[in-house]
Amino acid sequence: MSTVTDLTSLTAAQMADGLAAGEFTSVELTQAHLDRIALLNPVLNAFLHVDSEGALATAADVDARRAAGEELPRLAGVPIAVKDIACTQGLPTTAGSRTLEGWIPPYDATIVTRLKEAGLPILGKTNMDEFAMGSSTEHSAYGPTRNPWDLDRIPGGSGGGSSAAVAAFLAPLAIGSDTGGSIRQPAAVTGSVGAKPTYGGVSRYGVIALASSLDQIGPCARTVTDAALLHEVIGGHDPMDSTSIDAPVPPVVEAAANRDLTGLRVGIVKELTGDGYQAGVQARFDESVELLRRAGAEIVEVSCPHFDYAMAAYYLILPSEASSNLARYDAMRYGLRVGPDGVDSPSAEQVMAASRDAGFGDEVKRRIILGTYALSSGYYDAYYGQAQKVRTLIARDFEAAFEQADVLISPTAPTTAFRIGDKLEDPMAMYLNDVATIPANLAGIPGLSLPSGVADEDGLPVGIQILAPATQDQRMYAVGAALEALLAEQWGGSGSVLDRAPDVTTGVTTGASAEDAK
Amino acid sequence: MSALSRDDVAHVAMLARIQLTDDELDRLAGQLDQIVGWVGQINEVAAQDVPPMSHPLPLTNVTRADEVRPSLTPEQALAGAPASAQQRFSVPRILDEE
Repeated sequence: MSTVTDLTSLTAAQMADGLAAGEFTSVELTQAHLDRIALLNPVLNAFLHVDSEGALATAADVDARRAAGEELPRLAGVPIAVKDIACTQGLPTTAGSRTLEGWIPPYDATIVTRLKEAGLPILGKTNMDEFAMGSSTEHSAYGPTRNPWDLDRIPGGSGGGSSAAVAAFLAPLAIGSDTGGSIRQPAAVTGSVGAKPTYGGVSRYGVIALASSLDQIGPCARTVTDAALLHEVIGGHDPMDSTSIDAPVPPVVEAAANRDLTGLRVGIVKELTGDGYQAGVQARFDESVELLRRAGAEIVEVSCPHFDYAMAAYYLILPSEASSNLARYDAMRYGLRVGPDGVDSPSAEQVMAASRDAGFGDEVKRRIILGTYALSSGYYDAYYGQAQKVRTLIARDFEAAFEQADVLISPTAPTTAFRIGDKLEDPMAMYLNDVATIPANLAGIPGLSLPSGVADEDGLPVGIQILAPATQDQRMYAVGAALEALLAEQWGGSGSVLDRAPDVTTGVTTGASAEDAK
Repeated sequence: MSALSRDDVAHVAMLARIQLTDDELDRLAGQLDQIVGWVGQINEVAAQDVPPMSHPLPLTNVTRADEVRPSLTPEQALAGAPASAQQRFSVPRILDEE
């Protein structure tokens, strides 16, 4: 803690404690992160927009209130990054799409309001696959984000900007959104922690919709406790979101202090291990299972036979809902408007079709067309209708599994981070990254990913996923925190897998010029 | 079997109001045919008697009190408009010329 640079390496909980104890100010802490962003964002492309002025103003306000003796929320003064899917009044919000380039929302999402009320300086908006459609952040209209572990590799997606920002210490905390794994899979491939709360557990008012029956907002962090602290800030009922659960936030922070696994029943989902999982991913998973067993957990194997159809059901339900949600980008009230080539006095319909062609990328077009097809007359029953029935069967598989186990576990993603460009021309290969995360979204249950180590074959981080029954989010935090502590003991050092990440500042030639530019 | 032809893709794209170029049709049609063929596997599941699930929460008819509350000013609502006039969204013609 001797220099400002060291501040970025603290956990969010340590930052909160340091601020409360007067060891440093929020302005110092926020400036340290802004400096690191200035140094590394030209390489990582994790942020699409940085709000230095706004973040420092919030920090100064928090410092002044603290100096005046005001009692502040726990995370007051701890900076945060917000995925560019959440509306921020006065700050550009693009959802990674050309169609929203330069759009400035006239209101804040509820989660942004809650961050402001809790006194968290907002550093900026993070990169993402366009409208959250993707698993690599390569589908952003503003260029891919790079994985701090290896700049030639993807940071996961859609929330690759948030995961890279957290893993590279550009921010201790970030907001993510998870429709099929967009918080958990990026966490897994960057060695960070990400949680998808129970469907309805966090307000989506003001969050740009992808698939409304699947979308969920959640925390990205470097530790399970930090994720829980952020979950508590953003969670809870919001009358502005009619799908918001009207009940208190589950006791996630309390649960993250847990170290006791005695008698806990942990279910391994048979369909989410083995074939199709990279050797190093499976090896780290098996080790974590052994650690849980030795710590007193009872390990059982459960079968969820309909999970084999989860991907297909998801890639009908998501595009169907997305095709409807994205109908709002009609070039009339906001967003990109272009006229068709060579047409004098084009009609609104022609302008709409030309604007949507110019404003949307390939993946968005693929999914809108797929969804429009699945909902169209004559195909509805065979596609969308059947997918909804399969969804019921998947939810029933979970119900049966949770009769036998308190939590379920699996690897978070089948592989470690792949190379940028490797799967861009093969949509089906890209989709398979989310095979282990999608079932939770279909059933609406919570899931958390934490690092389980690095794969021997490539030295890249691996994640383990913990799933809990709906509204029992505290269980995944309890098991996650206990496993995190067991792994830390085994690894030594700071206890974080990020100890093994290469120094991302090495070879950053823009460093000197970024410093000079200040 | 081919599930989706190039013409089908062009037709569905127009239903979705996306004017694809010929190059895009060439690229997307094959991919979409493959994806539609793959998602069709859900019809292997016998689910005739299974109720459809549209949503994870058992919520119906969530309402709020019918009360006026703060909302956007006309300036805020129009701030992102591609074109506006007289405090209204200005749009291209919506009727055919003839």
